[in-house]
Amino acid sequence: MGDGRILVGCGAGFSGDRLDAPGPVVETLARSGLPAAIMFETLGERTLALAQLDRARDPERGYEPLLEPLLEPVLDSCLRHGIRILGNFGAANPRAAAQRILEMGRRLGCRPMRVAVVTGDDLAAASLLDRIEAEDGTPLTVTAPISANAYVGAGPMARALALGADVVVAGRVADPSLALAPFLHHHGWAEDDWRRIACGTLAGHLLECGSQVTGGYFADPGVKDVPDPHRIGFPIVAMDADGGFTIGKAEDTGGLVDRRTVSEQILYEVHDPAAYLTPDVTLDITCVELVPDGPDRVRVTGAAGRPRPERLKVTVGYDGGWLGEGEISYAGPNAVARARLALDVVKRRLPADCRVRGDIVGVSSVFGDDGGQRLAGRAPAVEDVRMRIAVATPERAVAERAAQEVLALYTCGPAGGGGVRTAVRQRIATASGYIPRALVRPDIEILE
Amino acid sequence: MTDMTNAMDDTVEVPLHRIAHGRTGDKGDRLNVSVIAHRPAHFPLIRDQVTAERVRALFAHRGPGPVVRYELPRLHALNLVIDDVLEGGVNLALNLDGHGKTLSFLVLSMPVRVPRHLLETVGNDPQAKQQDKQEETP
Repeated sequence: MGDGRILVGCGAGFSGDRLDAPGPVVETLARSGLPAAIMFETLGERTLALAQLDRARDPERGYEPLLEPLLEPVLDSCLRHGIRILGNFGAANPRAAAQRILEMGRRLGCRPMRVAVVTGDDLAAASLLDRIEAEDGTPLTVTAPISANAYVGAGPMARALALGADVVVAGRVADPSLALAPFLHHHGWAEDDWRRIACGTLAGHLLECGSQVTGGYFADPGVKDVPDPHRIGFPIVAMDADGGFTIGKAEDTGGLVDRRTVSEQILYEVHDPAAYLTPDVTLDITCVELVPDGPDRVRVTGAAGRPRPERLKVTVGYDGGWLGEGEISYAGPNAVARARLALDVVKRRLPADCRVRGDIVGVSSVFGDDGGQRLAGRAPAVEDVRMRIAVATPERAVAERAAQEVLALYTCGPAGGGGVRTAVRQRIATASGYIPRALVRPDIEILE
Repeated sequence: MTDMTNAMDDTVEVPLHRIAHGRTGDKGDRLNVSVIAHRPAHFPLIRDQVTAERVRALFAHRGPGPVVRYELPRLHALNLVIDDVLEGGVNLALNLDGHGKTLSFLVLSMPVRVPRHLLETVGNDPQAKQQDKQEETP
């Protein structure tokens, strides 16, 4: 391995990831003595709209709710070892998240730090809602949007690192850009060095879902076994100046990294493998080679890049109405017939025009269809099943009615039903659009 | 089958799961499913038998749109992109699994015909590991 490498680890792959994951990553980075950074990816499409609603209720909120439990165990160690922290945990309110991090540092007795806030992704704040386009370039109209954010690339975060930021707090940046930024900054890659930027983006793509590349979401007993899946180590990339990299994981942890885990993650959420679009590059993975490089290490080479898209992707969040759900179990002789009857009873009692779906967990649920075609055609010999009904509606009262009807099966439904659970919740829907890159002006603010 | 004189022609029908693994990803109402050969020798079988048409048929009850299949021979993998199959996608679906995360295993349930001699070395079989190691040496 040549000199000049930088290590970038991942501390979270989604909002709700294991809170003890960042610790071993930071320990491994610190022990290496190499320049290093850790990224936190906690922002999904819906998460951002929910965060906007939080912020509307309380101007001090609207960032990742688990920010403090995620960062607190590792903040001091990162600052002492010069491990830069990058995260999209700012969500709808990066400035408030940055303030919380500064307060956390003071409370923990950490050294003084520089926290950079990346802004500009919020298109409502930038009065750009009317410039959002559909795929074909015509205006995208969404009534009553809750949020509209453009996917910003790695550039502003790399500039923040150049300004000496210890922590970079972003909102809607593209997930792989969180890893690309420290590569750009450390190696000084040119903004149009498409091949290297493609390599850095591929590394970021492999890192962004946390343990999904290190044996998480992989185990299939007897077929693909994973050591110690209760304590899977999160991934770390060692990036060379020329764009070649090795992916491994935190030391003294469970999980595994091999060609199979990397292959599954390389294609995760990819459509055309010759054109994976990010704000930074058009990535082509068709010629990528994976070569084992020691235990739990895979060498990744061959990513190709073409110029970045002229438009940035935009996610618009809007009111998705209400979801009402109810479940009840049937077991023993004739259980499936009783569950089918329960489903029929509830359906007959709901308004005829509402969107409704019935499942029988144990017969067919997740593989099935809203119309119930797959469920109707199956008659497995099972003795323990669970009927589930779901209703989507603009009206809260209809969703509540569906839940109530499942509850009423306790007395009015088929024999022997038990274990009712119901849930009623408001949903956020999202639409995807585009915006010309030149209109979006990301900015950096340094807080100390 | 026992009458076959040429062992190479002796094939058995198994679920795709015996020779491949995979993962789904979702964006809106579009699903992608990777199908990755456990061993390089299995990839030609997968390429020949896991066609876009057969994948579309597996999802017929969902009324799928077009299926586009990409081949990644260096990864011994296919990437299948299936449109309009998530009944609204994660934010609007009524399905318990609105992401479609479980659907990789629907694809892996597809029957495929595999020469018997290629079935011996799948998964955690120690012999398979040894062979993989040999194949992976550059």
